[in-house]
Amino acid sequence: MEKTVAIELRGITKTFGDVVANKNVDLDVYRGEILSILGENGSGKTTLMNMIAGIYFPDEGHIYINGEEVVIKSPKDAFAHRIGMIHQHFKLVDTFSAADNIILGEKCPKFDLKAERAKLVEAHKAENEAYENYDEAEHPGPLAYMKKPKFHSEKETKRRLALMPLTGIWKKIKFNWLAKKRADVVQDIANRFGFKIDLKKKIYDMSVSEKQTVEIIKVLYRGADILILDEPTAVLTPQEIEKLFDVLRNMKAAGKSIIIITHKLNEVMEISDRVAVLRKGEHIATVNTADTNEQQLTEMMVGKKVSLNIDRTEPHDVKNRLVVSGLSAVDPDGVKVLDNVSFEARSGEILGIAGIAGSGQRQLLEAIAGLYKVKEGSITYFDPSKDDAPVDLRSKTPVQIRDLGVRLSFVPEDRLGMGLVGNMDLIDNMMLRSYRKGFMFLDRKSPKKLAETIVEELEVVTPSTHTAVRKLSGGNVQKVLVGREIAASPSVLMAAYPVRGLDINSSYTIYNLLNDQKEKGVAVIFVGEDLDVLIELCDRILVICAGRVTGVVDGRRAIKEQIGLLMTKTSHDVDENQISIDDLHTESENDTANSEGGDAQ
Amino acid sequence: MRSVTGKPSKFDAFVDKLKKESPIHISKRVDMPAWKQWLIRLAAIVVALFICAIITVSEGGDFGGFFVQLGNANFMQLRNFIVLLQETAILLLIALAITPAFKMKFWNIGAEGQVLMGGLMCATCMFYLGGKMSNSALIVVMLIASIAGGAIWAVIPALFKAKWNTNETLFTLMLNYIAMGLISFVLTIWVRSGSGVLGVLRYGQFPRIGNQPYVLNIIIVAIITVLIWIYLRFSKHGYELSVVGESINTAKYIGISVPKVIIRTMLLSGALCGIAGWLLVGGTSYSITTNTAGGRGFTAILISWLGHFEPISMVVFSLIAAFLSKGASQVALTYHLSGSFPEIITSIFFFAIIACEFFNNYKVKFNFAHFKKSKEQGGEATTAVISDSEREDGEKGIEDTAEEHIEQPTSEGAALEGKDLEGEVTE
Repeated sequence: MEKTVAIELRGITKTFGDVVANKNVDLDVYRGEILSILGENGSGKTTLMNMIAGIYFPDEGHIYINGEEVVIKSPKDAFAHRIGMIHQHFKLVDTFSAADNIILGEKCPKFDLKAERAKLVEAHKAENEAYENYDEAEHPGPLAYMKKPKFHSEKETKRRLALMPLTGIWKKIKFNWLAKKRADVVQDIANRFGFKIDLKKKIYDMSVSEKQTVEIIKVLYRGADILILDEPTAVLTPQEIEKLFDVLRNMKAAGKSIIIITHKLNEVMEISDRVAVLRKGEHIATVNTADTNEQQLTEMMVGKKVSLNIDRTEPHDVKNRLVVSGLSAVDPDGVKVLDNVSFEARSGEILGIAGIAGSGQRQLLEAIAGLYKVKEGSITYFDPSKDDAPVDLRSKTPVQIRDLGVRLSFVPEDRLGMGLVGNMDLIDNMMLRSYRKGFMFLDRKSPKKLAETIVEELEVVTPSTHTAVRKLSGGNVQKVLVGREIAASPSVLMAAYPVRGLDINSSYTIYNLLNDQKEKGVAVIFVGEDLDVLIELCDRILVICAGRVTGVVDGRRAIKEQIGLLMTKTSHDVDENQISIDDLHTESENDTANSEGGDAQ
Repeated sequence: MRSVTGKPSKFDAFVDKLKKESPIHISKRVDMPAWKQWLIRLAAIVVALFICAIITVSEGGDFGGFFVQLGNANFMQLRNFIVLLQETAILLLIALAITPAFKMKFWNIGAEGQVLMGGLMCATCMFYLGGKMSNSALIVVMLIASIAGGAIWAVIPALFKAKWNTNETLFTLMLNYIAMGLISFVLTIWVRSGSGVLGVLRYGQFPRIGNQPYVLNIIIVAIITVLIWIYLRFSKHGYELSVVGESINTAKYIGISVPKVIIRTMLLSGALCGIAGWLLVGGTSYSITTNTAGGRGFTAILISWLGHFEPISMVVFSLIAAFLSKGASQVALTYHLSGSFPEIITSIFFFAIIACEFFNNYKVKFNFAHFKKSKEQGGEATTAVISDSEREDGEKGIEDTAEEHIEQPTSEGAALEGKDLEGEVTE
């Protein structure tokens, strides 16, 4: 079957400051196909799609829809070109019903008074002509008079013309008040594509998957032919995913083009016709799903191994410092973000945590730090100053944790939003950890000394210690934060994405700092996204996917593709995966416990 | 860029159009020295005064006379000057009261009500306990009652915010009206005649110092100003509330209990408002009406913001505000102008001073050279970066310019931008 191109991207480039999000991307999407966009975090998938949906505007490049070049500068333009995007975070009015949300913002067709008047005059003229030419003999029968054309006098025409503006208003009122009819249209669409949903239900009563369905129907109702779904399965249960895929297949059969952004390889294999792989903003290849396999896709996604030459010493005096077992947590929407997570962090070791962004890394670290509510499981700390006596950390506040004498340092992912206060200077930021000492008044002397030491030792580039932290560059901000956390001489150091956005030199400063801490016998937990770094820096790597532990790998023997596969596997694949890949588990504790941790609700 | 069809690309055309048609280019400033900011503010005040003088002239006044009357009203006699300081002190105290809350990003716009509640408690003590104890003891009881009144009125919204995350703006605003209603209610009980006007209460009046009234008020506020400055800058509490204001996540991360800080800060805020009520009733009017706070609770919000929550800057702004409002009353009296004249004058002042903050935060640029060029070349437009000197003469032509074109922001010429402010403010 000959395929027609629905949308063509040529040479699309987008930069944010110095960061290149997309570089010279060419991509074709055909009618009636499902195209998966696959790539690691920060590979530019969402940015690319946002440019098609009119949220970003490309710096360079051209977009062709049905062979015509178009300029999409707003979501409105995108709708005009029949492109609809379903975002990860839904944009719905909670207190409205589904149907109301779908028809919300739709404009009444414009009533063109002049044209309508001309039309009326024409119509009357035509009818009058017909009346004059009407021959009764030609139309016999008892009911013939009913078919007889009517005569419109000039007076009548004039009256109708004068009343015309009222018709316009009437049409508007009818449009706005008789929304019920449109709700029926919505119902028709839902039925046609096999959505099972009660459109009268209010959004706040809906589950995540129902909300997503409403978003999809909304886009379809607006007449989209090209649908973009940004990680639609991230929030769904396996059963819901199956339902969604059925709907997507129906839409495909109806000739729509569907672009789906995802990290999950098994879903790519299941649903898509073709896969486009992006890496570091560049389009690597587009392949037919039938001609490829997961192994090949992972290779394309993660790329060749890059040697970084990070020093890694053999760990010594290894002891369990922090043991987490069976940890589960839910987010405010009730979605499970941590599911039966168990691991141990050991003194003198760096434990890496690998996973697609949003797989529960943040919640895991925050739960340990006492910032995220835990539903089940335990967190135990072994205090080195008290002969490794166990201390229970579960459901403690950060202050309670500190009062227990637990030396836990945490470098959060959100540096300026959580770890530091952007508008305060270096000294006041140092004080975040120490201000409680003393009575009533602040001691700025020792924080000042600490700030000066950090600036000197970590080579922080700053005009003075009185500069607001937000004015520093990303690398320097991170040095300040890591420096402060290390200054507390921790026995457990947790760092979430400490090198994100940093240049090479700053990154190496951070790696060295972490390695120093490891040498000092600190249990370091490093959450990273660059697999090369994880493999070269960490002694062990814990891989999590959708809130579950999918494996623990020895950093010295790990292969990039292995981790890549573990990161993209959903729970039910874990078992076969463990068999298919050799030397995956150097650890024994975690395998079975986690894979059998129960299917998703 | 390659074009597939060979036709002139729509994308390029659009980008080109975007470059040409964007109006004035506005970019955020980050590095504005403090003295330059004060210069801009000074300019704004001068401009505001000139506009006020022109309005006076248009109403049949005298241009020079306007300034003379402003001075006279405030400095003619010692008494005038003390009244000026007293007005400044009350305004400043209320501004100081809301500052900790604002720094915490708790938008307490209920200072009016909190002051009234403080005043009501104070008046209650004066009314019922007057003559039953010594005057100095009564004043202390009044103080305690006032602080309690203000603090309770402030802590109610804080509790709701901390517990159920209610919207503090609406909550505090509503409480203002309840406070006014309470005063009306109490007055109907106290004033048997039905006139609703409470006369001067004889007991509990503050002692005069140097045979002048209000001096005690001024001294008290001066002390409180220093204390608040120390509290915000050097105390742990002050540090905690600024962390909460800057980022709740950071506060949680370092283990600050956010609800506790909110409630504690609002207790302080309300207590200070209560003291303001105490000064107004016990040290100024010796009586109470629903208008005792007189809108100062709202003006204080402006003062607090304009002073960037710095007590020292707030002194300056409250002094100017009090000076203008007093002076304008005198001007209105001299030239028989309407009773709203002082309000008009203070509004113009605030308008100018707030408008000038825009120039402290943003850089505004136009591209005039381009406009000239396109005119000479018969409308063929090209975007060009112009030099500083060119811009200066270009600025004069702005009013009659039909189109303005954008220019890429350049780092130099930031100082120049401040100068065009005066013209902008007058608009």
